[in-house]
Amino acid sequence: MSTTAASYRSSLPVGRDGFAQLLHAEWTKFRTVRGWVITAVAAALLTVLFAYLGTFHHENGGICVGANSASGTCQSYAHPSPPLGPGGEAVTDTYYFVHRTLAGDGSITVRVASLSGLIQAGNGNAVSVGDLGGAPGPLQPWAKAGLILAAGTKPGAAYASVMLTGADGVRMQYDYVHDTAGPAASARSPRWLRLTRSGATLTGYESADGRKWIRVGSAHLASLPQIVQAGLFVTSPQTAPDQQALVPGGSSKATGATATFGQPGLQGGWSPGGWTAGEVGDTGLYSTLSSVGSTRSGSGFTITGSGDIAPAVGVGDDDTPDLTGVFVGLIALIVLGAMFITGEYRRGLIQTTLAASPRRGRVLVAKAVVIAAVAFVAGGAAAAVSILLGDHLLRANGNYVYPVGTLTQLRVILGTGALVALAAVLALALGTALRRGAGAVTAAIVLIVLPYMLALYSALPAGLSRWLMRITPDAAFAVEQTLPQYHQVSYLYTPSEGFYPLAPGLGLAVLGAYTLGTMLVAHRVLRARDAAA
Amino acid sequence: MSRALHAEWTKQRTIAGPGWLLLGAITLTVALSATVATAVSYASTGSGQDLTKLSLTGIYIGQAIVAILAVQTMTGEYSTGMIHVTLTAMPRRHTMLAAKAAVLSALVLVAGTVAVLLSILLGRLILSGNGFTAAHGYQLLSLGHGPTLRAAVGSVLYLGLIALLSLGIAAAVRDSAIAIGIVLGLLYLFPIFAALATDPALRRHLQQIGPMTAGLAIQDTTNLHHLPIAPWAGLGVVAGWAAASLIAGGLLLRLRDA
Repeated sequence: MSTTAASYRSSLPVGRDGFAQLLHAEWTKFRTVRGWVITAVAAALLTVLFAYLGTFHHENGGICVGANSASGTCQSYAHPSPPLGPGGEAVTDTYYFVHRTLAGDGSITVRVASLSGLIQAGNGNAVSVGDLGGAPGPLQPWAKAGLILAAGTKPGAAYASVMLTGADGVRMQYDYVHDTAGPAASARSPRWLRLTRSGATLTGYESADGRKWIRVGSAHLASLPQIVQAGLFVTSPQTAPDQQALVPGGSSKATGATATFGQPGLQGGWSPGGWTAGEVGDTGLYSTLSSVGSTRSGSGFTITGSGDIAPAVGVGDDDTPDLTGVFVGLIALIVLGAMFITGEYRRGLIQTTLAASPRRGRVLVAKAVVIAAVAFVAGGAAAAVSILLGDHLLRANGNYVYPVGTLTQLRVILGTGALVALAAVLALALGTALRRGAGAVTAAIVLIVLPYMLALYSALPAGLSRWLMRITPDAAFAVEQTLPQYHQVSYLYTPSEGFYPLAPGLGLAVLGAYTLGTMLVAHRVLRARDAAA
Repeated sequence: MSRALHAEWTKQRTIAGPGWLLLGAITLTVALSATVATAVSYASTGSGQDLTKLSLTGIYIGQAIVAILAVQTMTGEYSTGMIHVTLTAMPRRHTMLAAKAAVLSALVLVAGTVAVLLSILLGRLILSGNGFTAAHGYQLLSLGHGPTLRAAVGSVLYLGLIALLSLGIAAAVRDSAIAIGIVLGLLYLFPIFAALATDPALRRHLQQIGPMTAGLAIQDTTNLHHLPIAPWAGLGVVAGWAAASLIAGGLLLRLRDA
């Protein structure tokens, strides 16, 4: 008689061990630790709180109006708004213009015989009327003298111009943001310039001798009216602020340029009669010299101008909502990312985790997905609220806020979410590789926060700071840049002013590379090492 | 107390972590200082550079490693359960904390002295080779120069105070990852907020109260009237932070169940 005993089988259905189950397990671990959820929410709230504190204090900003010549103090502060160009961007449109009316097609040709510079006297801080008269000084690289054809003399009007610059040769520029380089030319050697209109097409030419002409560039201005103002212009931009990192928007000086022109040669539908001379767009928003004007010299003109025709950069001091608070949230999420794995080692939970899911690489990936999703939501939501709140507060306090497109704002929000998500995963990977909370958190903060602090605050020279923002994970902060950097405007394009050396996507990719590299190391370590050790 | 000191010294001496961390703090401090000294040259920056401050830039990173050591001195006992043994043998918790603080600061002051001396020495060699010479109006870095000596001694003391600040915070929160997050946040966030603040008065206040911004004023040897806070007063601010955190840590240590 033989009996066969059937071996015991559980009546429970066999559980599946797919990636979805793993994700669910990791999400449950995160969700059920109250301190972690509180930390994630606190990270978002702290980010917004610091954004609020940052913008709240902007109310006393604005530019000096009515400087008292005796004491150098301002009568009041104002928040004027710069004119908007045809593309809707903030622009500077201040220059000295000697012009007449042109109806329909035509051309103007002139010889620029010389170009020299003026600069505001004094140290640039306590401005007195005498200082703004200007004294002979270096010619600014972007001092401009040449021909311009504009829809009108209202600041922000559509235009096209061809010019000789202080140090950047002959250029064709139109509608503020567009700049085409012509042949290199020294401001010391005379130059011939020509600007022609044919319908909506404007073309600039230049010549060394007035006989052999080279086309510099052309512009298609569909919105240009039939009747325009055209003629000679001179302008010279204020100097870039001090290279001193601790003085954001520090003292810049007004400058001027004086150009002598030969007799303008006109063809086409020009109005009869004389030339009208006057300063365009001196709104007080941009520092200019007072000693502008024009005089006839023989059959030509000697014109002194001050200002710029270019995109507005760094006007006033309150221009974009503050995202500094992201650093506070970032540190909280780094701590969370590291603890998500080091906590398991500390409590021995890692042994259960790895027994339930022996494929260790997938455990690491599941953890990364969960912590990245949490950080992305916390960071993105905080950035969105910070931007909306900051924008509202700045406007409510009467500050000028630069126009920023919806797509750019969306990029900042999603980019900030991605930045903190990658940082949290970096901390998770460091925690996996080091298995020590303190070491992992320190390594992540030293990689992500220290370079930013060094670039902004320490005595490092500007060149070295820019390199830090290229090669360290901090390159990713480029996602927060909302205003474009223009090569034709001299400015302190530094992180403290909201400018980063890399493009947003590239910057994020640098952080992504650090995170991926560390994840690969963490994966190897997790697979190779005994979990109990 | 001497037995408590001996016990804490034995703990630090017999595990591998502290030795490696002190070595790491020295190495990273000197490496960052030397990198910065190599990267600046008279040709690219001109006059007006504070050579002493530049050659002590490594303290910015060295303090992070010192903070790890300080935090783990405390939280290491909690994660291993050693704290029960320690407190059974040494029921007076303040004595235990004081002994830890004394041993820790002694270790950090020794390591800090080595790191600062090496940084100054390398700065002296590298910077003079990069064109910062008497011909360009720069003196050779030397501890015989009063402000440089003050910067060097002050930087060592600063590291000691950062260790105490970290120890107090670790005693209060008992988790190494959270404690180090708080310490590094306190150190690194003040300068970032200060640099981005548009209001000059707010910026100055932030620099005066931040432990790092105030404390590292001790490294400045030029343009002292531009400093938000005087060098020794700045070190006093860090001492205040360290004292406050030790008191808070000590109180919580006494009130809470281990």
